[in-house]
Amino acid sequence: MRHNFMKSVAAAGMLAGAVAVSSTSSAQAEDLTLCWAAWDPANALVELSKDFEAKSGHKMKFEFVPWPNFADRMLNELNSGGKLCDLMIGDSQWIGGSAENGHYVKLNDFFKKEGIDMADFIPATVTGYAEWPKGTPNYWALPAFGDVVGWTYRKDWFARPELQAEFKQKYGRDLDAPKSLEELKQVAEFFQGREIDGKKVYGASIYTERGSEGITMGVTNALYNYGFQYGNPDKPYELEGFVNSEQAAKGLEFYKSLYDCCTPPGSSDWYMSENIDAYKSGQVAMQMNFAFIWPGVEADPNVGGGKSGYFPNPAGPGGHFAQLGGQGISVVAYSDKQDAALEYIKWFAQPEVQQKWWKAGGYSALRAVVEDPGFATSQPYAQTFLDSMAIVKDFWAEPSYASLLLAMQSRVHNYVVAGQGTAKEALDGLVKDWDEVFEDEGKK
Amino acid sequence: MPDTAIERAARSTPPAVANRLKGLSDRGLAMLFVAPTIVLLLAINIFPLIWTIYLSFTNYRVNRPNRDVDFVGLRNYERILNDADIWLTMQATAHFLIWTIVLQVLIGFTLAYLINKKFKGNDLWTTIIVLPMMLSPAVVGNFWTFLYQPQIGLFNYVVGFLTGADPSSFSMIGEVSLAPWSIIIVDTWMWTPFVMLICLAGLRSIPDSIYEAAECDRASKWRQFWTITIPMVLPFLMLAVLFRGIENFKMFDLVVQLTGGGPGSTTELTSVNLKREAFEKWRTGYASAYAVILFVTIFGLASIYVKALNKVKER
Amino acid sequence: MSFSVTEASSRQKWFAGILVVGYALITMLPLFWIIATGFKSSPDAIAYPPKIVFEPTVEGYVNLFTTQTRLSSDAAVSAPQDLPWYENLVRKKGMTIVGPSRFSERFFNSVIIGFGSTFFAIVLGTAAAYAFSRFKVPLKDDLLFFILSTRMMPPIAVAIPIFLMFRYLGLNDTHAGMILLYTAVNLSLSVWLINGFIDEIPIEYEEAALIDGYTRFQAFYKVVLPQAATGIASTAIFCLIFAWNEYAFAVLLTSGTAQTAPPFIPTIIGVGGQDWPAVAAGATLFLLPVMVFTILLRKHLLRGITFGAVRK
Repeated sequence: MRHNFMKSVAAAGMLAGAVAVSSTSSAQAEDLTLCWAAWDPANALVELSKDFEAKSGHKMKFEFVPWPNFADRMLNELNSGGKLCDLMIGDSQWIGGSAENGHYVKLNDFFKKEGIDMADFIPATVTGYAEWPKGTPNYWALPAFGDVVGWTYRKDWFARPELQAEFKQKYGRDLDAPKSLEELKQVAEFFQGREIDGKKVYGASIYTERGSEGITMGVTNALYNYGFQYGNPDKPYELEGFVNSEQAAKGLEFYKSLYDCCTPPGSSDWYMSENIDAYKSGQVAMQMNFAFIWPGVEADPNVGGGKSGYFPNPAGPGGHFAQLGGQGISVVAYSDKQDAALEYIKWFAQPEVQQKWWKAGGYSALRAVVEDPGFATSQPYAQTFLDSMAIVKDFWAEPSYASLLLAMQSRVHNYVVAGQGTAKEALDGLVKDWDEVFEDEGKK
Repeated sequence: MPDTAIERAARSTPPAVANRLKGLSDRGLAMLFVAPTIVLLLAINIFPLIWTIYLSFTNYRVNRPNRDVDFVGLRNYERILNDADIWLTMQATAHFLIWTIVLQVLIGFTLAYLINKKFKGNDLWTTIIVLPMMLSPAVVGNFWTFLYQPQIGLFNYVVGFLTGADPSSFSMIGEVSLAPWSIIIVDTWMWTPFVMLICLAGLRSIPDSIYEAAECDRASKWRQFWTITIPMVLPFLMLAVLFRGIENFKMFDLVVQLTGGGPGSTTELTSVNLKREAFEKWRTGYASAYAVILFVTIFGLASIYVKALNKVKER
Repeated sequence: MSFSVTEASSRQKWFAGILVVGYALITMLPLFWIIATGFKSSPDAIAYPPKIVFEPTVEGYVNLFTTQTRLSSDAAVSAPQDLPWYENLVRKKGMTIVGPSRFSERFFNSVIIGFGSTFFAIVLGTAAAYAFSRFKVPLKDDLLFFILSTRMMPPIAVAIPIFLMFRYLGLNDTHAGMILLYTAVNLSLSVWLINGFIDEIPIEYEEAALIDGYTRFQAFYKVVLPQAATGIASTAIFCLIFAWNEYAFAVLLTSGTAQTAPPFIPTIIGVGGQDWPAVAAGATLFLLPVMVFTILLRKHLLRGITFGAVRK
């Protein structure tokens, strides 16, 4: 016990020493701290940033927080005017509040000076991650990581002849990646409770997490495709009849039925990491998750190397959309090292670095990377990523996004997981909550 | 009273010493000794409290620094007291409070009673039983989510082993019906030793002579238990209940880590809910009013608590 | 035949002993599981049925102290030969270490903030407790009640204005801010406990010292303090344990620089999902000191947890 403990301490010490020595010192070398979520892409960025450290002489430090705590902790940090982060890869929905409250530095002048053109990035990511107000050329971030909800499935299970035959007999079509939400549910039902290789497996793992943003990021994939809208397209902030339309209620009912019929037991508070665990350990045939996990799935000894396939969020009766994820990188206004932080963004925006970023498992939002003829075939999931990015839709990015999100979390979770009330009641309640938020904001 | 002792000393000592004892230096020293504590507590506790009361009458939001702050009178209070969701959190808190106290008193007293039989090695085992109580609720609570996992979790496995149920057939923190019990179980695991220790002190405070007298009167063991043991331990037990009551009324870290308030709102205790309003939705004014309501409730409990505490101390 | 009515019969003792030992073993199970999981490999940790016998590994501890990323295929080919043992360990999983994790920093933050706040709480608390015990302090009972009542406030409620105050003063996420806050919170405990310990010291010792020509301060310093040393030491350990375990303030008022271990440990995740061996390793390192202190403290435990209300 003690022996191992000492060893671990020694190991950590040696590592710390090694990192400290490797940084080259220069006259104005700064220690920059970059804040992001704790997930695979962030660790890849640590590796990628060594190039920046070598070239600039600045030293990079990282502060990664797991998703369920990420928004909570980092918005707390921004709202307290903290100096922990010089660079923030903040979630797309924070942009409104961070712009209006002066948490982020406006980047227009910097982009102009350095010749960084937003037209070079995927349009959906510019709107989603960089602009506030939306649709105006006011930039607060550089699109850093493109992400979108998609699905992963067990290609190896789907390919089994006996399952193929049974499925065809039952549903009259081939067992394949589903094309519609209805088909998705059928496939999930087909696998639910089935015994595969002596182990009981389940249909699909979906987002149900309550504390942060999980269930909202999941349920919107059904809501959008059944016809849910965030408001009257012609009259901003008019919600009645759009948020709680009959179609929207159908979408919510669909999500609940999927949760009730086809998810593993105990998956009542699951988000990205729980879904990954369930999938990798062979518990589920399909998982809903952000695209960031796909490089990890491919490399996994149990489910990688061709055993998994990928498909975009399937269409529903009311449209075909997928929930946007992803982040832009911003400079925090409270930082004393803004110049060095801007240097990092400048370095990061270079096409060569973006190319390396994609190779390391980061979803570059640079068009030069994703529109490269070799891109779609460079990885098994690359085409799915492109198809998904073409149909994205995002949650509110209003300054009051946190209140809007938490209201939705509790209304939707209470209906889907706790089974309280009806779908229509949940959405009516949501309209009431959101109206209240917008009234408080003076927007109604 | 200690000060009378000083006077006593002063009376019996020569004038020079008496002056040194009663002189200004004593009062100066007393002020010097007490002042830093009082100043610090005023700065960190009372000043913020007044600020909270002020904020509770406004619509201030920490995350909207550029917005005008309006005085809204009692509107925040009205909203809270009329909010059905907040009453639900109160209900969840009450359920948690009552059951943890009942279980901890029953198990804690039984353990103390058994330990008081003074079997060999009882000191060692007492120390071992006490361990969970001293550990960080956040760190331990987090680990319990692992123990509670269906199928792979130790808790489910042990329950499955003992009852024959399938360990993957139930999810302690995932099911609406079980989640409130999941936090009660962990809290009971952690804090039963607390009640046990206090009961043990109570049992040990009973002089043997009382039992011997009862034995002479040929009172049955059962009768001795109800007429001697229980009444003598009761003040201690009450003290333990009050401590647990106040602590669990404030309960935050363990529940945040275990269930985060879910599923649905089944374990959304008051503190967890308040944190959401204050530090996630950033409705600072509203949350301040919420906090003031909690202050008043706690203060009511606190005065009862200190009275009881003094009563026990007097014995 | 010698017979005592209060002494239990040996049969009763056996019965009581078996029940208590049984309870103790069950109650230790989660703690044992934390320590054991720290030495499991990831697949062993999430195996079904749970593994009681397993091949121990320090993988969890390596994960705890390092940040890792997936080894890219070209890097794997150009791997140097003499890699340190911990790098070899993670390479087996197709990973590579890219730097240290933040765990050791968070652990040291806990140490600094814990000891710093304990020091101030004890110094201030001892002084105040001595004054309350030996001098005529105006409104003594009210002040003592006020001091205790500060401990009853729900931390989340107190945190709202503290957050604003710290933001204004620039104390958010600083060691100084957390030490200040924990000192204030612990003061109630230290004043109440030490007050009780000093009350127990017969006043005659000081009287004798004063007659011998000591000043009041000398009497306090040279007579009372040594007598109260054990009590003060155990109070210090209680303060330390509180600061060590505190979560609510830490999670709201620190984000990185001064963040302590309790809000950090639950956020340890590996590549993909939660890395339970690493979490368990972190928890083990964090909980062990408290277990040792608890054993040291066992004589004063009751007094500490009841604010001195119950003395054994």
